[in-house]
Amino acid sequence: MITLLQIISEAALIEGYDLKTSELHGLSQRGGSVEVHARFGKKIFSPMVSRGKADLILGLEMQECLKAAYFASPKTTFLINKHIVPIPLQKSLSEDQVLNNLKKISKNINLIPASEICQKEFGTGVTAGIYLLSLASFKKLILLKPNSILKAIKKIIPEKYLELNRKTFELIRKA
Amino acid sequence: MAMKSFGLNVCSDALLPFVYTGTKGPTVIVVADDPNCWSSAQSEQNSRAYSYLAHIPTLEPADPQECRDFVKLAFEISEKFKIPVMVRTTTRVSHQKMPVQLGKPTRTVLVNGEFVKDSKKFVTMPPRVLEMKEELLEKIRKIKDFSEKSSSNKFIGVKRLPFGIITSGVSYLYVMEALKELRLNLPVLKLGFFYPLPEKKIKKFTKNLKKVLIVEELEPYLEKEVERLVKSDLVEVVGKELIPEVGELKPEIVTSAIAKFTNKKFQIPDSRCQIPAPKRRPQLCPGCPYWLVFGAVKKAVDPKKVIFGGDIGCYMLAGLPPHNIQDYLSCMGSSVGIAHGIKKSTNQKLITFIGDSTFFHSGIPALINTVFNKSNPLIIIMDNQTTAMTGHQPHPGAPTIPDGIKSEDIVSACGVKNLKVIDPANQPEFIQTIKEFINKKEVSVIIARHPCVFVK
Repeated sequence: MITLLQIISEAALIEGYDLKTSELHGLSQRGGSVEVHARFGKKIFSPMVSRGKADLILGLEMQECLKAAYFASPKTTFLINKHIVPIPLQKSLSEDQVLNNLKKISKNINLIPASEICQKEFGTGVTAGIYLLSLASFKKLILLKPNSILKAIKKIIPEKYLELNRKTFELIRKA
Repeated sequence: MAMKSFGLNVCSDALLPFVYTGTKGPTVIVVADDPNCWSSAQSEQNSRAYSYLAHIPTLEPADPQECRDFVKLAFEISEKFKIPVMVRTTTRVSHQKMPVQLGKPTRTVLVNGEFVKDSKKFVTMPPRVLEMKEELLEKIRKIKDFSEKSSSNKFIGVKRLPFGIITSGVSYLYVMEALKELRLNLPVLKLGFFYPLPEKKIKKFTKNLKKVLIVEELEPYLEKEVERLVKSDLVEVVGKELIPEVGELKPEIVTSAIAKFTNKKFQIPDSRCQIPAPKRRPQLCPGCPYWLVFGAVKKAVDPKKVIFGGDIGCYMLAGLPPHNIQDYLSCMGSSVGIAHGIKKSTNQKLITFIGDSTFFHSGIPALINTVFNKSNPLIIIMDNQTTAMTGHQPHPGAPTIPDGIKSEDIVSACGVKNLKVIDPANQPEFIQTIKEFINKKEVSVIIARHPCVFVK
């Protein structure tokens, strides 16, 4: 999640945008949520997205998107990994429950089985975030060019994971 | 030196005399507050109050560029006036990123220290200590003149309007965002200095205003100062009527407040999510030895009949499901201190948990207290051989420190007779010992020793 933010940041800088980001790690290692904001454009003041003002909500897990809906409006695009991480000691929601509720907020819901696809192609779903980000770029859901994303991946990702991430990006380009 | 808000509490006893004595070499203290308690228990502390208590010059950066610039400025002030300077951030500043312009470092030579005898400077006995206070207040008067001229306190926007805004820190970013959103061009005074305030600059700013809005997160310190400064003028000061005192500010809160302040229409968009998002609560890691400790405790005693003390660390999650064994949680080391107080007042049974790192940090004096002042809590030291919650830093008792100090040696030296070191994986012995120790007439300690999953 933090790496994803770094890549978005780097790509935005490559394209000459002003940029501010905000991270909340919370107790992420102990199973809590991680929420990050990225705002880029000509001149940015607040690092936090205002309520209802998100252009794009990128969710790596479906239930977390319900929380993120705080920042959504009918204009917001959701790009969601078709993936549910069960919450210990609570009844997790079903994919349909999440989807139906998000549809009440915005018509632009894109549900992508990113983890599943990556697992099938590479034997691991760890690059699901990169898959979604690359998709967002190619589909123009985010105002960052695919070339900038690729440059950012090459700059940010450490040597030993670079090949896997690059291949994930190429998977989108070929589609 | 850098610390979290509560860290300033821990060093506060040393801080006050340090500002009295002043410094030789420049010293900057960075304090990170946490409005909204994103990663804090205890309280929603506003460390700016220390500026008044200690008379320590204080700067409030709003973004990463200012973090860099204000630390540099702080070192300059510290060196010039021979006084420690505080730079105070909040979570949304500390975890913010933006492109930052770095300058060229002007000095890279590290000099070996030398203590030059100067008892007049460093010994805080009376009556000299009162002279030091006079000297300190004189320093602050000079730094106030510096503050009046500093570009870190800046005016933005159009001058000739009847409404104005005074703000500092990350709130400034939300103010600018809000003005953009509402298409307003109000005069804004952004304060980089919290203490000493550039009072002349503030008076000049408010001079021709009818109303001024203080956009300030948490307690109304700035608001009260501005009220005091404009008392004789005809300016209306608005603050906590529109800006909350609890919780962090969000951009939409500020936009809404400024809209009300200027009688502009603004509706916070309603994200019509009908179904409540499930709460993902933090959990102990799979394989954490604390699962074994809590499990054993619940097998050894009836949780309804025992008082459970908590402290700061991973085991603070004892209060959450599925454990649900936590009746009090306060500051670091207080699990033992409060246990003592409770046990001196009641015969009820009590088990309190304290981490190994927390024990070394602040549990030892509290433990001595239970021996010296004779109370009998059962204390379980959660010895996972690291400081896990904050990222697995070492501590004096962690085995990665060569010749580490053994916690059982410390406990024994404090005079505790009922002491056992048990691996919680050894459930039968652990459960049996809890049952035995909880009925002891003197304080008892179980050191539950088993490494954290992240410790090699």
